[in-house]
This record gives sequence, structure tokens and C-alpha cells, in this order.
Amino acid sequence: MKLTDVQKHLNAKYLCLDGSDPEISCCMAADMMSDVLAYAEAGALLITGLISSQSVRTADVSDAAAVIYIRGKRPDEKTIKLAEDLNLPLLTTDECMFDACGVLYKAGLKGVC
Amino acid sequence: MGEDTLYQKTFTITGSDFDKAGEVSTQIKAILKAAGLDSTVIRRVASASFEAEMNVVIHADRGKIDFELTPTAIVLTIDDEGPGIEDLELAMKEGYSTASDDMREMGFGAGMGLPNIKKSSDDFHLESEVGKGTTLRITIKHDEQ
Repeated sequence: MKLTDVQKHLNAKYLCLDGSDPEISCCMAADMMSDVLAYAEAGALLITGLISSQSVRTADVSDAAAVIYIRGKRPDEKTIKLAEDLNLPLLTTDECMFDACGVLYKAGLKGVC
Repeated sequence: MGEDTLYQKTFTITGSDFDKAGEVSTQIKAILKAAGLDSTVIRRVASASFEAEMNVVIHADRGKIDFELTPTAIVLTIDDEGPGIEDLELAMKEGYSTASDDMREMGFGAGMGLPNIKKSSDDFHLESEVGKGTTLRITIKHDEQ
């Protein structure tokens, strides 16, 4: 699935676009960044409610393809700028974590485990 | 610098500077990419380095990460000035943490940092003196592919 498909499925808005439409290989849904760092796979979509700069750092360090924030959350401008510098796409959806995961699972994406 | 060191660099970390927390690991990742290492190895090093960096930012006053690349491995030595760790065995237990709620809100402090770093490393050495600081030295091999 492409990131643009994720955007459509979750009716998401882009906060940061780096000009690419990466392939999403799997999903990680977590607010605990240590879990993401421990179990991440390259090309994963990070679904999180954590909007601190650590969400962007963690996604970058673990080679995530993109980050999507749930419940309409958006990080501050400094964090968005950091994602731009790291060429990491950021999106936000109004869906809650459970529903966002459910929609993407139904659309064919699987979790990292 | 050892005789077989290909590259060495020391980075400084400031305690409680959450804005910059993670910068060092981003730089280390860029160095490893430039050195042409395997992406799985890069991810292991960057993850371990990020957890270690967060530990310094969360718990210590200041610290540094010494990065060394050799033909066979990456060696990270994380040295901090801070409260130190009273019980090393307890600190290595998954789920044990002395981080505050503020830190948990940033996605860290669930007591997974040190166990995760150990999991990413081929060699792991931790020593600490209460009231002085902590030194963590990890080695990740990169010559296996």
C-alpha cells in the first residue's frame, strides 16, 4: 500500500510531504517509543498519539516510512520542521487509534510483531 | 583512538535538553549511511544510541557519546555525569524505571531503555557510581553479512 492510499483510507491531512509516496510495508501503533525502537521494521507506518519531537526522531532512527497522528493531533512547528529536514512525511487523522488501526488492517496492512 | 579505528567522533549531550534529544543519534545514523553499512546494522546502532541518548537527557546533568567505527564493529561509549545507578541488576529489569511522568509523556521511561540497548548489542558493559555518573559501552558487529 502506498502512503497516498493510507491518506485516503483515513481521510488524513498532510503536515509534511517530502515529495515521495513511499510504500508502506507494515504498521506500528504505539505511544511508547521504546517499543517502536525495539521492534521496528524498515518501511513501517508509525501510528501514534505522541506529538513530541521524539515521535519524529524515533521514526527516523527506526527507518519508518511515515508517521500518522491520531485524533486530529498535530505536533508543533519545530517538530514539523524537523520532519521536513529528515524527509519524513507526517499526516494527521481525526480517527482514534483503534479505528485507524482497524481501517488499515481491513485494507490489508499488518502489524510488526 | 585504536590502531584499527576507521573513524572516531565524540558528541556531547546536555541533560534535560529535550529539544535536542536525538540529534546525536541522527548524526550517527548519517555517518553509518555514508560509510555504506547495512541498513539493519544502522538501525540497530541508531536505536541503541537513541535510547542511550534519551537516558542521558532524562537522568543525567550532561554526558558524551564516543563513536568509533572499526573494520568489524561500531563501539559506542556513553559517559555521563549524574546521579548514577544504585542497583544495576534492577535497572536492567524490563519495566523498571525511575523516570518521571513528564518523561513518560514523551514516550520514554517505561523501563525498556537498557534492556532494549542490550538486545541490540553484541557486547554490553554497564558500570555506574552513585553520585558520579554512568558509563555504558556497547559493541555492534557489522562484518557478518
